Amino acid sequence: MATTTVTDDTFATEVLASDKTVLVDFWAERCGPCRQLAPILEEIASEHADKLTVAKMNITDNPTTFTSLGIVYIPTMALYQDGNLKKTIVGAKPKRLLLKDLEEFLG
Amino acid sequence: MSDVRNVIIIGSGPAGYTAALYAARARLAPLVFTGAVTAGGALMNTTDVENFPGFPDGILGPDLMDNVRKQAERFGAELVDDDVTAVELTGPTKTVTDSSGTAHRAKAVIIATGSRYRELGLASEKRLAGHGVSWCATCDGFFFRDQDIAVVGGGDSAIEEATFLTRFATSVTVIHRRDHLRASKIMQERAFANPKIRFLWNSDVIEVLGERQVSGIRLHNRATGEESSVDVTGLFIAIGHEPRSELFADQINRDAAGYLLVEAPSTRTNLPGVFASGDVVDHIYRQAVTAAGTGCAAALDTERYLAALTDPAVTGSAVRAQSDL
Repeated sequence: MATTTVTDDTFATEVLASDKTVLVDFWAERCGPCRQLAPILEEIASEHADKLTVAKMNITDNPTTFTSLGIVYIPTMALYQDGNLKKTIVGAKPKRLLLKDLEEFLG
Repeated sequence: MSDVRNVIIIGSGPAGYTAALYAARARLAPLVFTGAVTAGGALMNTTDVENFPGFPDGILGPDLMDNVRKQAERFGAELVDDDVTAVELTGPTKTVTDSSGTAHRAKAVIIATGSRYRELGLASEKRLAGHGVSWCATCDGFFFRDQDIAVVGGGDSAIEEATFLTRFATSVTVIHRRDHLRASKIMQERAFANPKIRFLWNSDVIEVLGERQVSGIRLHNRATGEESSVDVTGLFIAIGHEPRSELFADQINRDAAGYLLVEAPSTRTNLPGVFASGDVVDHIYRQAVTAAGTGCAAALDTERYLAALTDPAVTGSAVRAQSDL
């Protein structure tokens, strides 16, 4: 798996304190579009491993982080740089469109 | 120029996957475009499916679709998680173009693109989609616990969703543009009796309010002409479905609502070698099992069509094979 796993407990160290750009993917087992997005995120994680970390957070097991971020839909992806939330992407989308959204952070 | 395949299937819900399964078992080596993020169709947006025959304890929608997908692959269907951007369906060789612009050719095409949720059509609705605006109560209701939310619509779906949402929400306001519901009497009675549900009649939503998240909605009353606002943090839109048929609009005959027309009980469209199944055709039953049924029929219709191309005596059809273009 090219993506990593992050929890409510590890969010601060793995995401906020990371010196790499981190895309956090909020997902749940019963979410169809989340499952459709998963292989796309694996590809992006492996193809852009030098510039980007893709971390997955299961919201069923981790109820705190997504609530504090005001997330009301999954899949929602939140991109962090130097501890700051730079971009939020809502909904599953094809790889080419997701890469467009991430363009400025992968250059 | 790529080889001409026997059949290309566009779509991947119960109709598309079942067509793929039957076409694969008929040794037609189908190529299936499932959609880049829509593989599995409408059931990917549901949780427990209790009414698909064969599952006495129910099954998760996505799991059911994964099963049919694996089944089709097992018999040789080639599944590609990509979108179709253009089609040319007239003539003996059909062309289906994918999102990278590559053209794929086949003697037959099965269309199973399904339907999508109808939107109000407001810019504010689009902007706040996924930020408090939703079309799927079973998917997203969970995020609105202890909140005041609204549901737009007046049919069975709207009332079902409103009732379901009372499990989570503090209050559910149903907004309908008429002064009476289209929903069945039983559903109406349940809704009227539910203390968490209230109704705003003769009302249209003209704007969804909120910067980053939904904070309210602006309404226009058709009877009085007055405008008003309601404070809600969630808005569920349940005003029906639209067929995903735009790609075929100028080639295949459709009804007034855009659903593809077929020569029922067959799945034949007005174009030879083009078949349609599932919710892009059916707006009466719209069940997974009825979609699967017509998907199967489309594969069998395709098999017979292809056999007749090489041997007209097979079905007595006068269709003759033509040389490849």
